[in-house]
Amino acid sequence: APQVYSTRCSSSTVPRITTHYTVYPRDKDPRWEGVEMERFADEADVVIVGGGPAGLSAAIRLKQLANQHEKELRVCVVEKASQIGAHTLSGACLEATALNELIPDWKERGAPLNTPVTEDKFSILTEKYRIPVPILPGLPMNNHGNYLVRLGNFVRWLGEQAEELGVELYPGYAAAEVLFHEDGSVKGIATNDVGIGKDGSPKDVFERGMELHAKVTLFGEGCHGHLAKQLYKQFNLRENCEPQTYAIGLKELWVIDEKKWRPGRAEHSVGWPLNRNTYGGSFLYHLNEGEPLVALGFVVGLDYTNPYLSPFREFQRWKHHPSLMSTLEGGNRIAYGARALNEGGFQSIPKLTFPGGMLIGCSPHTHTHNKSAFFTFLLLFFFVSCLQITIFTQSTIYCYIYIQRAPSCLSRHSLLQWVSDISHHSFLKPAKDCAPIEYPKPDGKISFDLLSSVALSGTNHEHDQPPHLTLKDDSVPVAQNLAVYDGPEQRFCPAGVYEYVPLETGDGMRLQINAQNCVHCKTCDIKDPSQNINWVVPEGSGGPAYNGM
Amino acid sequence: MHRSSEVKHVASYLNTRGCECFGQPCESHCPVLTDRTIHVQLKTFIKIRVKPDRTGVVTDGVKHSMNPFCEIAVEEAIKLKEKKLVKEVVAVSCGPQQVQETIRTALAMGADRGIHVEVSGKDYETLGPLQVSKIFAALAKKEQADLIILGKQAIDDDCNQTGQMTAALLDWPQGTFASEMTLEADKLKVVREVDGGLETIKIKLPAVVTADLRLNTPRYATLPNIMKAKKKKIANVKPADLGVDVCSRLEVLKVDEPPQRQAGVKVETVDDLVGKLKEAGRV
Repeated sequence: APQVYSTRCSSSTVPRITTHYTVYPRDKDPRWEGVEMERFADEADVVIVGGGPAGLSAAIRLKQLANQHEKELRVCVVEKASQIGAHTLSGACLEATALNELIPDWKERGAPLNTPVTEDKFSILTEKYRIPVPILPGLPMNNHGNYLVRLGNFVRWLGEQAEELGVELYPGYAAAEVLFHEDGSVKGIATNDVGIGKDGSPKDVFERGMELHAKVTLFGEGCHGHLAKQLYKQFNLRENCEPQTYAIGLKELWVIDEKKWRPGRAEHSVGWPLNRNTYGGSFLYHLNEGEPLVALGFVVGLDYTNPYLSPFREFQRWKHHPSLMSTLEGGNRIAYGARALNEGGFQSIPKLTFPGGMLIGCSPHTHTHNKSAFFTFLLLFFFVSCLQITIFTQSTIYCYIYIQRAPSCLSRHSLLQWVSDISHHSFLKPAKDCAPIEYPKPDGKISFDLLSSVALSGTNHEHDQPPHLTLKDDSVPVAQNLAVYDGPEQRFCPAGVYEYVPLETGDGMRLQINAQNCVHCKTCDIKDPSQNINWVVPEGSGGPAYNGM
Repeated sequence: MHRSSEVKHVASYLNTRGCECFGQPCESHCPVLTDRTIHVQLKTFIKIRVKPDRTGVVTDGVKHSMNPFCEIAVEEAIKLKEKKLVKEVVAVSCGPQQVQETIRTALAMGADRGIHVEVSGKDYETLGPLQVSKIFAALAKKEQADLIILGKQAIDDDCNQTGQMTAALLDWPQGTFASEMTLEADKLKVVREVDGGLETIKIKLPAVVTADLRLNTPRYATLPNIMKAKKKKIANVKPADLGVDVCSRLEVLKVDEPPQRQAGVKVETVDDLVGKLKEAGRV
């Protein structure tokens, strides 16, 4: 890798970008002298970080078991989104096996599984043509018996089931810090502080987050969780597994012409507009939810090599394929969002347990790897056999697998060379060795520009807070990312957070971080070639406002 | 500083409206919402869309939260309590089950108890300032409130009527658009934000005050307080119990999105501009 010249602190020519206390600790900061930093602490039996499918399923199962055995169990779920489901984004195609075991009467309870798959289509796209590939029964990409769902709505419903069982749900509060006992085991988490100004100084309304201590803490943050990252290092959880591979998934919801609507149809494709060296593909699901709604999206493997590739623009131009135009013409786009997702198989699963807790769901990157790589959820429930248990190894684990057939069903083995040792960020070739890609201009009817798309995600953050996209070194973006790779973060971020703009005085450029646009997809943390970007959690309630995505 | 019949209740009435764009140009040109939503967070940019049958906007699944001006009203009430000028702060909201979350937020900020006036379904869709004012007036009499503080307007329908109507129904004085309020003996000094500047008035209690932006900066509802708020009481009341008929006198004929903004045209000279204006029939 090219040598990086880095300076410890910003020089006069590098404007200060990062002000977050994880980079500039407050105990050394004179502005924080005398500020009360003690935190209120509370005890629970189990604390779950993340109110998504994994976290909520775990909470539900725990409470079911506790009730069954007539034991009191305090289960608390903290979730950074302002409401449960608001940060959930997925295709999605759900296999109900796990749900049948968790909540057998889900239908009577009104679970929003309204669209059984009735038609399954798979194709390879070229620029002009669509080559259908037959899906035979028995092949893993056969979706018969599965449901097309709006996962956000399903998660919201799971939240209601959890609350009914007595789970304490706290949306709007992000877990910002892992707490440790003196012996190094996990003690619990602390939620985010509030009222810190953009420059990192305390505001009048500054309040410390609170500490939630638990016998066991479950981390269900989804793909590439920021606390999970710390836990890997802390407990060396990745020493015996392959590095994780990732992709970015972008998605839109459209209301289409009723005549084109085929509820129950699931379509996937590979090929155009990606070249044969770039992993990815599309999905298009016709949902049966009252109005003629389709969920469509595009996935691009984050091991792509050309720094000029823009996953967002690949997605937009894919929609112009002749096979799609007829479906989308006359339709109306009503939602947009994006999220990084795990691609690796069993070989990429790290050690899941550590003293005081474990990783659940996408957090530990648990996807069952198959001949055809479909995305899975690993939901781990454990049974606390007696309430005094503090050591995790005494618990039993029940595994439930939600299998989501989402985009890109074809095996990476068959399409690409298998690459194992190298992490994604180092795949990027220098800009001088690559050709810029000429993307077509959005037409405003089928394809759209980035900013209007970001507006549809409903994302926003309290503006007067330190940017949560923190840089270890403020000088690296211009010196390295821009100089060598022509600023790829401007293209891989699906929300327009990163922009290189001219300096106000003199020559040169600077990186501008529009933190308010962030949709919490985590792509930058994964793909930054300098691995200089560290995504940390912003003030709770910030982020996208997805509605049934 | 107390008067002989001291200020017992400050009822902070949470307006049951809400919207997405606060204080900033609305990127998505939201149409006026006609159904009742409750909002919390300022600056949540949620793209609102019109229902296919054009009778209103889609609210299912949309994040509802406390109206920003109501947050300011709650904060002001709690400040008065902290200064020991009032004894009890009651938070009230009208709407379906979800409003309980909003009331809890007020309780977490420091209100003592809550009242949830249950209005749901079709009634909720047609609930307007007049009905809400009647409910508030009835509650104020029942609770023997001395001071009512509301947000000046809800940011989804921008009616700016509830405070004024409530005062009229009760025949109480009102201090609207308050950017400052001080209790002086048995009178309330209110500094109002008006077009020409600031107007200072003194009104006798009991009174209605509506909060404007600069009144205060609301505190965060911290998680420990949210947890404690779960133990505070929220009473359930129906409009009928208060003798209020929530039937609306207004019928919404149609809700539409604003027309697409057309591209502008650049001209070279003033004559060109005049010519274009004449062409468009504007001059």
